Amino acid sequence: MLEIKDLAVKLEEEDKQILRGVDLSIEAGKVHAIMGPNGSGKSTLSYVLSGRDGYEVTGGSATLDGEDLLEMEAEERAAAGLFLAFQYPVEIPGVGNMTFLRTAVNAQRRARGEEEISAGDFLKEIRAKAKALKIDADMLKRPVNVGFSGGEKKRNEILQMAMLEPKMCILDETDSGLDVDAMKLVSEGVNALRDQGRGFLVITHYQRLLDHIKPDVVHIMAAGRIVKSGGPELALEVEQNGYAAFEGEAA
Amino acid sequence: MAQAQTKQTALEARLSGMTMPDGRAWATEARANALARLRQMGLPAARDEYWRFTKPDDLVAQDPVRAATIDTGDERPVFDAINRLKVVFVDGVFDAGQSDDLSETGLEIARLSTATASDIHWARDLYGQREAAGQDPVDRPLAALNTAFASDGLVIRATGKAARPVNLIYLHQADTSDAILHHLVRVEPGAELTILENGPAAARFNKCMEIDVAPGGSFHHVRAQGRDHERRCVSHMFARVGAGARYKSFTLTANGILTRNEHVIEIAGDGAIAHVAGAALGDGASADFHHDDTVFVTHDAVDCESRQVFKKVLRNGARGVFQGKILVKPGAQKTDGYQISQALLLDDDSTFQAKPELEIYADDVACSHGSTTGAIDEEALFYLRSRGVPPAEATDLLVLAFVAEAIDEIDDEALREDILSRLTRWLERRRQV
Repeated sequence: MLEIKDLAVKLEEEDKQILRGVDLSIEAGKVHAIMGPNGSGKSTLSYVLSGRDGYEVTGGSATLDGEDLLEMEAEERAAAGLFLAFQYPVEIPGVGNMTFLRTAVNAQRRARGEEEISAGDFLKEIRAKAKALKIDADMLKRPVNVGFSGGEKKRNEILQMAMLEPKMCILDETDSGLDVDAMKLVSEGVNALRDQGRGFLVITHYQRLLDHIKPDVVHIMAAGRIVKSGGPELALEVEQNGYAAFEGEAA
Repeated sequence: MAQAQTKQTALEARLSGMTMPDGRAWATEARANALARLRQMGLPAARDEYWRFTKPDDLVAQDPVRAATIDTGDERPVFDAINRLKVVFVDGVFDAGQSDDLSETGLEIARLSTATASDIHWARDLYGQREAAGQDPVDRPLAALNTAFASDGLVIRATGKAARPVNLIYLHQADTSDAILHHLVRVEPGAELTILENGPAAARFNKCMEIDVAPGGSFHHVRAQGRDHERRCVSHMFARVGAGARYKSFTLTANGILTRNEHVIEIAGDGAIAHVAGAALGDGASADFHHDDTVFVTHDAVDCESRQVFKKVLRNGARGVFQGKILVKPGAQKTDGYQISQALLLDDDSTFQAKPELEIYADDVACSHGSTTGAIDEEALFYLRSRGVPPAEATDLLVLAFVAEAIDEIDDEALREDILSRLTRWLERRRQV
């Protein structure tokens, strides 16, 4: 589903290479995890895939179901089925959460040539999905992420994911800033979305999130490359030995 | 001295050919007094401190600049779906044929010329009085000019809770029309009145409204200026707000070569509330856009609240101006004063100039003011795009969010929705260009 080949990326404004040839292939129905120390390029990978400004691709490719992601605008990637759950969800004062989500759902539907969702159907769907994530009516009405706690922001990301029903979900350090209960809630939300047609890329520092969202494949990233891939046991190895051993392999 | 001489010459040129309408002795006297004030002040000139950011030339010139009339086709006019009493002026002249019957429960409505030809006490006590009081400490010559020469207008007295708003509709038919309208509004104790205003009015429009809100009275004002891109307009709202009374005014402005909207509000009775808000959207692409909100709120009573909320969205070289003042007089304790003026610049060519002022002579007050100028938040824009919203639509959503605080000042939901739909349409039209 998601095919990344030898992807090399530098900062646009600076002569600083961040990704140095990333290879990654995620099949539909699978959950892949990327772990790695600070500065290894994990978040950059998620930003580049989602189409954020400020990066320059110097080599390689990234496709979603054969479509060249790197040629698309951010909104086109979203309509094609890519979703990034932000590490730091953005606050948008003045824009109601519900308005935001309905605008997004309908924009994607239009882009795909589908009919817009009716107000009634949308309301029914969002209420059901919000309830599962313990997001109350008040949170839906409030401006996007404004005044939300860290946990509420992350739950709101998962709600967006649930409403937009993407093919490929990237979760960028979704566990950061979460207490145990919130992590459980978020993980349940993610697990509820796991199915045969959907791929996941879970980016995290720590193994603990992977106790809740069980990965099929774990990758270790260091210095802009994937230096080791394996099964879930790889995450436990990191937990015990840290990243130092893998950083040696990158050099 | 040269400046004074130039001003005098300009004034005489402006006044040549103008005649004061007839009326009872009291009206003639009020007009003569206004003319005397005007002669003392002279017309505004570019060097005047109060006109530093806005060139008054087109407003003071002898003749108006020609302004094309706009054919909006079958577009539904603003407030059209609101149940209201319509009063229509065409190029500044009352049109009985297009207006509703002026008799309305809880209201006394008459044409200004009728009022000045009789002895309506409250009108006599108000005409030119708020305007004269509003000349201190800052000169407002165009308002004095208005009082002296206004040829038409409406006097409205609310004696109870008005069942529906009064909608002043200004139509524009002659492309060189020069209209001066003066309205008087008196809201009696405990009475409630909403006034709506819309329409292009004239090639050049000088409008003055004097409002007296008696204790416990409530006055709402919602105005839409737009669709007349070549508008040159100066308007003054002079209000006095009595004890426990409410005054709320909102203006939506879209396009317009030159607009100067002034509010002069005296909060005169304890526990009174006065809110003035505005949202202005300017696109300098097809014609210049210059919009100036000038507000002066005086607190002269205890335990009163005032808010000034002004938002401007500017693009393609559009210019926005805000001059706002809160004056808290000695003894006006427990004053709660708030003022915010913000501009969202959608490109590097547009400019916003703000002069926020606080002057406080009481020691137990809470007053705050803020002014910001900024661009679209790139982080928010990317967040929206990453969810599939195209940039143009995402920008519109952020623009609507930006002006929301001003729009929220409209209490009535139907009116708020109507204004919001105007705003949305304006944005949509720009998107197609």
